[in-house]
Amino acid sequence: MTAEKSGADILVEALTDLGVEIVFGYPGGAVLPIYDAIFKQTRIKHILVRHEQAATHAAEGYARSTGKPGVVLVTSGPGATNAVTGITDALMDSIPMVVITGQVATHLIGTDAFQEADTIGITRHCTKHNYLVKSPDRLGDVIHEAFHIATSGRPGPVVIDIPKDVQVATAKYRKPGAIQHKTYRPQVKADQSLIESAVEMLAAAERPVFYTGGGVINAGPAASQILRELARITGAPVTSTLMGLGAFPASSDQWLGMLGMHGTYEANYAMNKADLIIALGSRFDDRVTGRLDAFAPHAKKIHIDIDRSSINKTVRVDLPIIADVGRAMEDMVRVWKGRQHQKNDLSAWWKQIEEWRAKKSLYFPASTKEIMPQQAIKSLWEATKHRNPIITTEVGQHQMWAAQHFNFESPNKWLTSGGLGTMGYGLPAAIGAQLGNPNALVIDIAGEASIQMNIQELATASQYRLPVKLFILNNEYMGMVRQWQELTYSSRYSESYSESLPDFVKLAEAYGWTGLRVEDPADLDACIQSMINTDGPVLVDCRVAKLANCFPMIPSGAAHTDMMLHSDNVSGEMDDEAKALV
Amino acid sequence: MHIKEETKERHTLSVIVDNEPGILARIAGLFTARGYNIESLTVTDISEDDLISRITIVTSASADVMDQIIAQLERLVPVHKVVDLTALGPHVERELALVKVGGTGDHRIEALRLADVYRARVVDATTSSFIFEVTGGTEKIDTFVSLMREVGLIEVARTGIVAISRGKEAA
Repeated sequence: MTAEKSGADILVEALTDLGVEIVFGYPGGAVLPIYDAIFKQTRIKHILVRHEQAATHAAEGYARSTGKPGVVLVTSGPGATNAVTGITDALMDSIPMVVITGQVATHLIGTDAFQEADTIGITRHCTKHNYLVKSPDRLGDVIHEAFHIATSGRPGPVVIDIPKDVQVATAKYRKPGAIQHKTYRPQVKADQSLIESAVEMLAAAERPVFYTGGGVINAGPAASQILRELARITGAPVTSTLMGLGAFPASSDQWLGMLGMHGTYEANYAMNKADLIIALGSRFDDRVTGRLDAFAPHAKKIHIDIDRSSINKTVRVDLPIIADVGRAMEDMVRVWKGRQHQKNDLSAWWKQIEEWRAKKSLYFPASTKEIMPQQAIKSLWEATKHRNPIITTEVGQHQMWAAQHFNFESPNKWLTSGGLGTMGYGLPAAIGAQLGNPNALVIDIAGEASIQMNIQELATASQYRLPVKLFILNNEYMGMVRQWQELTYSSRYSESYSESLPDFVKLAEAYGWTGLRVEDPADLDACIQSMINTDGPVLVDCRVAKLANCFPMIPSGAAHTDMMLHSDNVSGEMDDEAKALV
Repeated sequence: MHIKEETKERHTLSVIVDNEPGILARIAGLFTARGYNIESLTVTDISEDDLISRITIVTSASADVMDQIIAQLERLVPVHKVVDLTALGPHVERELALVKVGGTGDHRIEALRLADVYRARVVDATTSSFIFEVTGGTEKIDTFVSLMREVGLIEVARTGIVAISRGKEAA
């Protein structure tokens, strides 16, 4: 018979059994027994963040860059509520994450006790699943089940709320075997007849497009490889959502660039004129589809997704396939080769695509007087691409410019908040990614407004000697807000100016970072080199053109063919229908 | 600018779930969070060992949204299965109402006469009131309650719909 252990010890032992190496957290009253259990062991490393939201984003960055689940430990009440943004972010972007929250003792639940919040109620709709564990007997099984749910099927965040008395009370712990959940059984293998239909449709298509998403990244590095093979044998062009960047190499001739609101002309026109769209682990988000009744009007649509609720949610498809996208692509490649299909003659389609490419929709005017933000990204890419860096971002113009101008060649290198659009994501995500990839070059491409939402994490990087690079495109505006105000509200810049900015260089130095500033385009490359060559964490305050806008752009609620390019004169006032859309 | 409304159809869903704390909040919350509509919801344990509950939900939505509602319900971890009884075809729907009616003289006699027509049973009586128990489809109960309104309705309590598929198989 094994001896009884405290709930806190059971938690630590179960996490160890699950292979957890790093926990991002912040202590507090309701998790003191767990922190004491962590103190007494050496196998799990605890990373002390400076705000619980950052713990969740760091866990996301760790998860997205390593493929392993991110683990978070926070206290009850404010600890849990601060974590909610990152939990929601992980739900929207399908990031595997387990969040352990302390709770007041079971007899105090419901009494408005000190630091009590209804964590289970609050997180019910921003988690894939959540648990309140009321007995230490259940704890071991719940932890193992939580990891199973977080990491399988469509990944997502799972919260385990553990009252303080359950952390102290004792029970036996035994590592469970493989989990066969009685209700939760995600379908990973596609129906063979559907795969055959998909291959037939693909073989018959004259204007096919692969529309890939974050699901390909979640399906693991092998899925990105099989996507390359599928594209190679069919000869079809590939576009991707924001979340899917890196699954297909940007250097490939078959790469169209990102699609959607700030996607390329060729990607969006290809979607509009295609006769077959193969959606792979993507979910027809409104930022991708634009106006629904004008979305891909000529195309038959195949949708491969592991989440049945993603099918027919916004766009009706002709052939839904519920499966792990990597496994389904493998099956498609096997059937295609087995039937000895040859590459279709897509030369007319490619000729058309070349004409769209000739529009050069990512064009921006060069300047010798001020640093163009797009140029800053391009220069950063040129200077770092040989190191295959991990890039994180905040949210806004800089994020879209990074997506457009930084060319990703492999998966798990691009970490961004896509679904929820969380400002303040990038710095903690970079910290998590650096911890998961100690030798990688990790750069947070930030804006001066977003970075201030989790600026306190400069201290976390200092404490753990993480050589994170923080590249701030400082245009003194919440640029995307300002851009929309210019396009929609006749340039009435309501509250979008970044007033009273700190001196970022001094701020960096105050936290023990190296701080650099660059304003002259002539100094840009040297500054980037200096950032890369300086050991330890480095912040760059890159002063860029203040009023640059991010193009191309499909205004909210417009069709793919109503794209605004850089040359268009677009400022003005939009009607109420347009104003009402997100 | 005005907000557009979609045409909706009414469906009765039977949801078999693990009988765990919070499951009702999870399901009710899913409906509010995603903007779905609940016309009626009943939930009770249906197993010998108190482990499984059947939740019967009457909802109205467009065909596309109905498909989403089912997919979203199936995605919840404690949900075993979701059956769209309306789409499945023949099924029985029943609701029970307790209807309290007050009055004397002609109204009292009329209430009793109508109750007889609707096969409502008297389950409590005073010299100036009755409580009727009536079961049937929603429409029958609606009609009975509105008739009682004319003869002295005091209050009404309804269970909401429970439903089950016809024939020997479980849905």
